[in-house]
Amino acid sequence: MSSYSASDLWSIVLMQGFSGLSLFSVLLLMALGLAIIFGQMGVINMAHGEFMAIGAYTTVMLSKIAVEHGFGSFYFLPAILASFGAAFLAGYLVELGLIRYLYKRPLDTLLATWGLSLIMQQAFRSTFGAKEVSAELPEWLMGSFKPIQTVDIPINGVFVMGLTAVVCLGVFVFLFRSRWGLRARATSQNRVMAGAVGINTKKADRVTFALGCGIAGLAGAAFTTIASTGPTTGSLYIVDSFMVVVFGGAASLIGTVMSAFGIAQAQSILQFFMTSSMGKVATLLVIVAILMLRPEGLFAAKVRR
Amino acid sequence: MKAMYKNMLGGRSGLAGLLVLAAIIFLVLPLSLDLFRLNLVGKYLTYAFIAVSLVLLWGYGGILSLGQGIFFGLGGYCMAMFLKLEASDPISTKIQTTPGIPDFMDWNQLTKLPWFWEPFHSLTFTIMAILLVPTLFAFGIGYAMFKRRVGGVYFAIITQAIALILTILIVGQQGYIGGVNGITDLKTLLGWDIRADSAKYILYFVNGALLITVILISRVILSSKFGMLMLAMRDKEERVRFSGYDVADFKIFMFCLAAMISAIGGAMFTLQVGFMSPTFVGIVPSIEMVIFAAVGGRMSLIGAVYGALLVNYGKTAFSESYPELWLFLMGGLFIAVVMFFPDGIAGIYDKYGKKLFTGRSRSGPAMSSRTMPNAQPVPVRDAASPP
Repeated sequence: MSSYSASDLWSIVLMQGFSGLSLFSVLLLMALGLAIIFGQMGVINMAHGEFMAIGAYTTVMLSKIAVEHGFGSFYFLPAILASFGAAFLAGYLVELGLIRYLYKRPLDTLLATWGLSLIMQQAFRSTFGAKEVSAELPEWLMGSFKPIQTVDIPINGVFVMGLTAVVCLGVFVFLFRSRWGLRARATSQNRVMAGAVGINTKKADRVTFALGCGIAGLAGAAFTTIASTGPTTGSLYIVDSFMVVVFGGAASLIGTVMSAFGIAQAQSILQFFMTSSMGKVATLLVIVAILMLRPEGLFAAKVRR
Repeated sequence: MKAMYKNMLGGRSGLAGLLVLAAIIFLVLPLSLDLFRLNLVGKYLTYAFIAVSLVLLWGYGGILSLGQGIFFGLGGYCMAMFLKLEASDPISTKIQTTPGIPDFMDWNQLTKLPWFWEPFHSLTFTIMAILLVPTLFAFGIGYAMFKRRVGGVYFAIITQAIALILTILIVGQQGYIGGVNGITDLKTLLGWDIRADSAKYILYFVNGALLITVILISRVILSSKFGMLMLAMRDKEERVRFSGYDVADFKIFMFCLAAMISAIGGAMFTLQVGFMSPTFVGIVPSIEMVIFAAVGGRMSLIGAVYGALLVNYGKTAFSESYPELWLFLMGGLFIAVVMFFPDGIAGIYDKYGKKLFTGRSRSGPAMSSRTMPNAQPVPVRDAASPP
């Protein structure tokens, strides 16, 4: 480490910190959807990564179409909405056909959604091919700006962070400031009671689950700006996102944000100083160790038991 | 004698099931298959160890471990390290820069055997390590988690993360443990060529005998008071705790036992297949192992063996001819087992098959009571579960 001068080291920390921020954004978008599905509803959705891939593939498809018809620079915002819509719809159908039979059996849900993820992965492979595909980025997302000579900040990273902030705010408003969110929270806390006061619990479940999947689709759209998409892209992030949600404290939204930040930063800075695999191992080990000491996660909701 | 007949062999129907299984393993398959196929079956039977361990842990204990690959891998790697050291004696590795160390170490510019490889020169130590390393590791995990009343879904996710950590670690440490290729080119066990035809037959039968022994021991455990308590804990953990039992200790014991059984499977795998690699440790194989137990029947020790055999036979057959279809089929299998056949093959047999053989459905002993649709554990609000 002595071979770096102080200012070099500072730039490294800044740039690795920023690449950590991009990782943070994608992790957080993935984890937000899970925080709703797993944190609020208690459903283990192992196919969450594949809903992200649905969003990513939707964006890639739309970008191909947009470039063919010559409006390549405007498609991105509609593509984000379309990704959300596609994943939302898929999530809605999955809840209707599969999840709703399994609410009382969390461990079985885990297995069933794992099966679903296998099927979806193979479906992607058969439809889009085994190779990774990437979206044609509009010009305004490319390039980078340099606040000082040695620091390089990519614009797409900034864009993804902005998107993440908006989605985060949206989820917060939805869950804690809207009637929909109230019904969803009431249903997950006490299903029978929620039903008794006139909430359509089945509908609340369905919309909440679909919303979580939709947010995973958004994560996929954001993902296309920083990496290419393959059939198994989603499964690469699934364990990480679960760790984010569990580490943050399952029912806490702010905990999810903080733990996504901590995990992403630790991982990208450690990966610079160690090898990439050892950085990841070190990060995961620390999380598992902390979780063994404090199983309720960083920000546990305070409940009377 | 009578108690042993009842507990160990499970009475008349249990004995019949066991005899049929033994006849299939020891007579039908060896007589009807060529050596290549028989070796494949032997490989599948090593997975059956994990399936049996999951029946104990998941079916009876209600603890879903998504990390049985960890223990299978640890057992397998311990065996592989011993065999590799034997295969890389100074004479056969004299073309290397440093003779006498495993070839992958030489490729990675290591000049000395790492310290944790040294004791694996001894077979006694290796056998102890196969049995104890995974068990102690499981004890560490189990103690940290169950004492804090972490269970259910959280346990599953954390074991999965540990499986991921171990895979990345093995893949990253190319020089020390063989990396993504694993430990390959294993030749002899104390001078006995494990690749010879006769050795393959012998290992197959040893494997089968070990499996039957494990099933018998598991039966004894399950039909004891301890087994009753496991079932009670699965269904109403709080009530068992309030009755004065230390729930965590029972769970830790079960987890350690399951780890040890899986590790035996792993060691037999290495002996029969001749290599060990991180592809048998990670998340995907660990979840696939759960499906073996689920297909066979999560409450049936013998069913689990059939489950492991069938799923793996299907995998081999389909990936030979229709590799694309296999993932669809595998995924469908996960969903179908969960949605329609929660008791797997054993459940179907109990419902329809028994009538065929006996003319009437016998009510089994209380221990074999299958999962009722509503008998799933109600999510208990433990320390970590969301309110």
